Parts: sequence; structure tokens; C-alpha cells
Amino acid sequence: MKKLLCLMSLSLFLGSAASTPLDQDAQIIHVLNRLSFGPRPGDIERVKEQGIQKYIEEQLNPESMVINSPYNAPPASQPAPQLLRELQAARQTDKQNTTANSTDNNPDGKKKLNANVGELYRSEVERFTTAKLDRAINSPRQLEEVMTEFWYNHFNISMNKGIDRVLVGAYEDQAIRPFALGRFSDIVRATCYHPAMLFYLDNTLNTSESKPNAKGKASGLNENYARELMELHTLGVDGGYSQNDVIQLAHILTGLGLNLGQRRGGFNQFNSPVQTIGPFGAVFNSNKHDFGPKVLLGHRIEGTGEGEIEQAIDILCKSPATAHHISYQLAQYFVADKPSPELVNKLAARFSQTNGNIRAVLADLFASPEFWSAENDKNKYKAPFRYVVSSFRAAGVEPQDFRALKQFLTAQGEPLYGCLTPDGYKNTKEAWLNPDALLKRLNFATGMGIGRVANNRFDPPEYRRLGATISGGVFSPNTVAVVVKQPQQLQSAMLFGSPEFMMY
Amino acid sequence: MNRRDFLKWAASSVFALSPIPGAWAFTNGKESIDSKKLIVILLRGGADGLNVVAPYGDSRYYDLRPRIALSKPGSDSGVLNLDGYFGLHPALAPLMPYWNNKSLAFVHACGSPDPSRSHFDAQDYMESGVPGSKSEPSGWLNRLVSQLPSKHSPVQAISIGPTLPRIFSGPASVATIASTNKPGQVTPQAIDKPIIAKGFEELYGSRQDDLGRAYAEGIAAHKEVNRVLSTPDDAEMASVEADKMEQIAANRGAPVLKRNNPFGKQVSKLFRSDPGVQIAFLDFGGWDTHVNEGTGVGQLANKLTPLATGLVDLIEGLGPLYANTTIMVMSEFGRTAKENGNAGTDHGHGNVMWLLGGEIGGGHVYGRWAGLNNNQLHESRDLPTSTDFRTVVSTILGNQIQLPKQAISNVFPDFQSPGNPFVKA
Repeated sequence: MKKLLCLMSLSLFLGSAASTPLDQDAQIIHVLNRLSFGPRPGDIERVKEQGIQKYIEEQLNPESMVINSPYNAPPASQPAPQLLRELQAARQTDKQNTTANSTDNNPDGKKKLNANVGELYRSEVERFTTAKLDRAINSPRQLEEVMTEFWYNHFNISMNKGIDRVLVGAYEDQAIRPFALGRFSDIVRATCYHPAMLFYLDNTLNTSESKPNAKGKASGLNENYARELMELHTLGVDGGYSQNDVIQLAHILTGLGLNLGQRRGGFNQFNSPVQTIGPFGAVFNSNKHDFGPKVLLGHRIEGTGEGEIEQAIDILCKSPATAHHISYQLAQYFVADKPSPELVNKLAARFSQTNGNIRAVLADLFASPEFWSAENDKNKYKAPFRYVVSSFRAAGVEPQDFRALKQFLTAQGEPLYGCLTPDGYKNTKEAWLNPDALLKRLNFATGMGIGRVANNRFDPPEYRRLGATISGGVFSPNTVAVVVKQPQQLQSAMLFGSPEFMMY
Repeated sequence: MNRRDFLKWAASSVFALSPIPGAWAFTNGKESIDSKKLIVILLRGGADGLNVVAPYGDSRYYDLRPRIALSKPGSDSGVLNLDGYFGLHPALAPLMPYWNNKSLAFVHACGSPDPSRSHFDAQDYMESGVPGSKSEPSGWLNRLVSQLPSKHSPVQAISIGPTLPRIFSGPASVATIASTNKPGQVTPQAIDKPIIAKGFEELYGSRQDDLGRAYAEGIAAHKEVNRVLSTPDDAEMASVEADKMEQIAANRGAPVLKRNNPFGKQVSKLFRSDPGVQIAFLDFGGWDTHVNEGTGVGQLANKLTPLATGLVDLIEGLGPLYANTTIMVMSEFGRTAKENGNAGTDHGHGNVMWLLGGEIGGGHVYGRWAGLNNNQLHESRDLPTSTDFRTVVSTILGNQIQLPKQAISNVFPDFQSPGNPFVKA
């Protein structure tokens, strides 16, 4: 009943009257809201000219996209092994400086002890956090960025853990984005072999219990990655696995890790036979692997070494529980916080039938009546990242100083790459709507509306143009009434802070 | 009307306007329920209860943990003797005076009955208060707020952290305080300008939906926090490092405790300055000690030290209010009794719950304690949860907060407390 009242109260601000909420204009706004991080000036007109179906196909197939306006995407991160070598070099330099400084009583010397490592961390974090915002705001391949955000949270790692501070950008650029619209098992495999994930979920420490190393270094089974690989990445928490399956999978994953040298708790590159596994510089150390037979979810897996990992990924990705889990996540992200079981089952069937073809599942999702139903229009509350990105997109301005955006995201509780737990940031209203955060958004909205967001100065958008950009001019009568009577310099602020702009 | 609707109705209408006399006014001649305070601290990640309150009197403890067991009382970085069998982690030495004056107690082998070893599930269940069910939308602290009779303050319930945690989600109003301002120095925000505030008030003020409610609660709490924190307070320590609170904001409500964390001073000031503040929730992360956990010194000790200091600040800051306050410290699960291959511990089951307060029968380690032999452990590896955490919370809500039975069963639906959890371990 609440929804009905809400829809009935909609009226037109500019443009022509409509009897149903999802007439063509509303459909265009809906598709822009869901497939992109929100409309930019002129987007509605472009999709109208192009046709909604064409727009969806283009976004699903970004490689075939004809790009009208040039976009210089920020360069991708260097590969993980290169970054780890740089980190190693910075550590060496710092170590030498420490030795050199230890003789004099220079009080500044101590401050410089970690100068090179600190500078590498600082510059890398600055680079990839800015790149993420830049792409989200500016990339014409919007669905690819939206899905990259989706998968990053699905396979979340936090940059607050050790060496992941330099690796999360590479992880996103090399293990997530290239597969964002591809095959699900490819993302599972890429994340499984990526140093950033192996370090974040401790598989670097997961070794056969029976083989302590020569120096008596700590070794043994570590279940952390095995558990999350099933609970979060594939089967889902209700996916029908047991504690014994976790242990079995952990045994399968023994020996998969990094070549970091002993000091970092990884495998020693000098006295253990290791081979590179996957394209991202992870290693498989057969001396640390448990070669006994395993039984995973009822499937017997012989102890053959690295081939076991492929078998396990295959079993997990083909499970109907995985199809259901991923379909639920997609439906929640693109349709409604509590998606209907019918839609989820439909998508799960497609997922299984196509062997986890994300593009095919999304095509079905975007063609489903649930996606287009009036009750699922503007029913999602923007997570902070989406709120910030959609604001700059709507204003049609480029941030000059990205720090302000990053600081705001931290204050909103969604620091970039900063979600500590492997379940990633949620995308539900329940997770993000709270009184204090809403007030902070209104402060940010005021800044957007007057063209001053910390050090960013820009010509504020004229309110009618802004209203046309973000919703074709459709707002509730109350919002219209409030906006028109504001002093001119606050009119756009009220739109950026309107209840309508909090939703998508 | 279902239960959730009833709670909404109850929270918004009758009780909000006029507490029903009789239903609530029983106080046994003591302080009324309005003066009772509850502070809940959740240690996210699974704090290792066996090294917080360690059974040093059991040789099995040393067999299971050759590298990480705390050494015996009297030795270097050894445990602090509690009762001849259990000992307190030495980093918690600042809390010993409360043990000695009987306002600190522990319930061992306590926790959620659900066997999940997933952080997310276990935290979810501990926060929803309905272990094993994913369908409960609200958190138990929110349901508790709904059951409190008076609604005098917009900051009756406060959550320290930038986003509302699961335990506080639900229909009742909760103020979130993301980063506490420096005392006497409230940073003006755009919405503090009347002309801007008026515009947003018109946009949101008349809305009856969740957005309108969030706005109204946000404004009310913002005004109150501005008032409280911009008023100098004699009891305030000049050394409050308010900037440290920024770190709390940076880590999504579950910051990793750093040295000199000011949470105790900040939270106690809110309680002191507004008598309407009754419930507070804080959470701290970083307890997931899979690797190199340490003993009397080391990783776990480094987390416990600032927690102990903060708790002392909190208690001292509360002053006379402490007599009516209960502080609970809990964690989603305990850790394996046996150390792992990395000199750490993995996700386990039962844990120790900490209780502080003026009316706690302190100076005891409570709980049904079986021992550490394989057949006494849950799945031969973890402490069992021989006491459901809801039994402890329910008892506190009845005895300390003086909530009536019916109200308690609204906080923990479908849960029958088996009775007094305060049996000697």
C-alpha cells in the first residue's frame, strides 16, 4: 500500500503527462539508472534515439561499442608480480637506509625508515582509487564498470591487509574487470589464482599438516579461503556443504600461495620447489600440498596436485546452489532488495543451462517482467559509491580533486577497497539508509548544488537541466514545490538532496 | 497485526506519548527503568575467549596451546589469578579493581547455539538475536529500544560508527554518531545554516516513509549531539584525542582498536550530558587471530590493552551513572581450543562473555564448565556454548534493566530462558 501511495503521488514537473510510471521515458531512465551509474546530461535523449534494446545490447557487449566521445581510461594497474617486486625493492632500500641511519643520531632518520614502502603504498592507493572513480564517472562502458563493482564486492578483498594495499588495483584490473560480463568460472579461477586473494584469505599459509618445513616454520591447514570460496563466492551459506567439505577443500588448496620469502609468512623461494600457477604470479608448492585423496561434496578427487584445484572449481561452479546464489545476488543488485523467487529461479536455470554465462543471465534479467515492473522502479536506495558517482555524472562535471570524494565515501562507511570482511559492501537500503549518513549526504548535496565540493569548484548545474538529466523532470509534487521556491543558488542542491535522487 | 507491526505501533504511538503507568512503573522502590543504561560492545572476528579468561588450572590448556598459552600467575606476562582455576589476560590488568570490587564477572563457554563458524552468519545471529534464522529483519538492541517506556531523548539509543549495525536495525530510532567532534568545537555543516535546513526540512519533514524517518531522527540527533559536544564539560580530560575517532569512521563501524582510543571518554560524555541516553553499541574489529596470536604480549594483547583502557575511561567517565549501568562485551564465536599450525587459532564455538556494572554479582567466572578434554569439547575442538548468550542478556534485562518478562520475550522472540545463568563455572 505504501508503494501505491508513492506512485500515485508522482506528477510531472516538466514534459508530458503519463498514466503508467513506466512509459518510454520512465523505461529509459530506469535502464540508465540500473545499467549505468546514473544518467549524464543528454543520456536520455541518446537512448531515446538509439532505442532501449540497442542500448542494452551495446552495454552487454562493450567490445563492440562505437564510442562517440573519446574517453581516455586510466591505465590499468601493473601486474601483481611487478608490484610485488617494486615492494620488495622499496623494502630493500628502506632496509639499507635504516642501516645507514643507525649510526647517526638523526631524529629524522627514524621517520624515513619506511619512506620508500610508504611512498609506494601512498602512490598506488592514490592511483587506483582515483582510477576507480574516474572510470565509474566517465567510462562509456558503464555496465562493465557496474559489474566490476558488483563482482569486486562479491569477491571482496580489503586493501587494509598487508601487501594487498598495493595489489587490490591489479586484482580488480586483471582478475575482475576482464571477466565481468564473461563466464562465472573464469572469475572464480582468476580470483583463486590471484596473489591478492590468496594473501587476503590466508591461503598463502595453508599447507599440508604432515610436512612442517625444515626450519620448523609454522605450517598447517588454514581453512579461511576454502570456507569463503564456498560460502561467499560460489555455493552460498545455505549451499549444502558441511564443515568436512570446508576441510576437504582446504586440503585441496594446500600449497597454493605466493612467493614472498619466509619473512612474509609465505613460501621460501630458495629451498622449495615451486611452479607458477595461473597468469598472475601465484605459485603452487608441491612440497606443501597434501596429496591424499579427498571427497568434496560427494565427489572423489584423487591427489594429483594442482589439477585438484581445477576439479574443485569445476564442481563448485557447476553446482545448482551456485547458480541460485549468484542469481539471487544479481537479482538483488539489479531488481529489488528482496527479489522474487520466480525471477531468481528463472535466472538460475539460465545460469546452469549456459554454464555460468553472465552476459546471457543478464540479458534474461534485463528482459524479465520483474526488471520492468512498476514496483521495481526507483525501489533501490543508492549505496554511497553510487550516490557520489551519480551526482557527478548528473552534474556533467569532472572532479578535479578526487580526495573529497574518497573522504566522503569513508565518512559514509564505504571507503574504496576498504570493506574489511570478505562479504563485501551490501547494496540494500537496509544496509545504507541511516539518519546520520543521510544528513551527511545532504551536506554533500548542498556542495554539489552550489558547485563547491571541498577543493572542487565547478559551475553548478542549472536546476531544470539537472532535473531533466536525472529523471526527465519527474519529481513528486512536494519536491517540485520546494525546489521552485528556493533561492536560485539552492535549487540544484535541493534536487541533489531530494528523496528521489537517493533512489534509483 | 503481526509482531513486527505491533512493535512499530507500540514504538510510535502509545508508549511514545504516554508511558502506561503500572505496566512499567514497578521499580521495587529502586531507580526507575528510565535511569537504567546498557552498553554493548561486540568484538568482531571471534575473540579468543580461552586466552581472555584462561583455564590456567587445567594442564590440558597447556597441552592444546604449546605456543600461545598464557603462563601461570606470577610468571612473566602471566595470567592474573581470578579464582584459582581461571586467570585474566595480563593486558586486562586495568580491569582487576572491578573484579575485586565485584562489578566485573564473566560467563564462560557462552555464545550462540548456532554452530556456524562463519563470521558473517555468527555475527548476524548474535545481532538479530534469532540464531539460525535468516529471516528476522531487526536486531535485538533495536527491539529493546522499542520496549523502553520513555522516549525523552533523540539520542536514547546511540550507535558509535558511521553505519547502523545489524544489531540496531529495525523500526526504533537510533542515533548514529560517526565521528565525534572535538569537544567545544563542533564543525559547522551546510545543514546547520537555517536557510538550507529549511529547504531540506520541507523536502523530508512531512514524509512518513523510512527516508522521512531517517531524516527526522538524523536532525534531532544532530542537534542533540551538537548541544552535548559543544558544551565544555569539567569532567572532560584535556587529553581526549578526538582525532582518533576519525579512525573509527574509516573502518565501517568496526575499527581496529588503537592505543589511546578515546571511545570510553566520548561515550561516557554522551551519557553524562544527556540523561536520556540509555543504550549504546560499539564494535571493534581485528580479533580474527589465525596467525601469530601471541601470549601475554603480542597480537591479541595489543587489542586487549586499548579495550581495557577504554573500558576504564568509560566506567570512570560514567561516574555515579555506573551504578545503574551494565556493560556487556561479546564476540560472535570463540576459537579452537587447540592452536593451529600458524601459532594462531581458527574459528570455534563457545566463548567468554564479559559483564561489568554496578549491580553485577561480580568477582565470579560463571557458566557450566566441562573441561578441555576432547570429549568435553564441541566437535572435539571448540568450547561448547553451554550457556546461550540470550540467557545472559535476558537475565540482565530483567534483573539490571528491570524490563518486564513480556518485554523481554519481545526482545528475544521464541526464546525461553532456561533460568539463571549465573552458576559457578
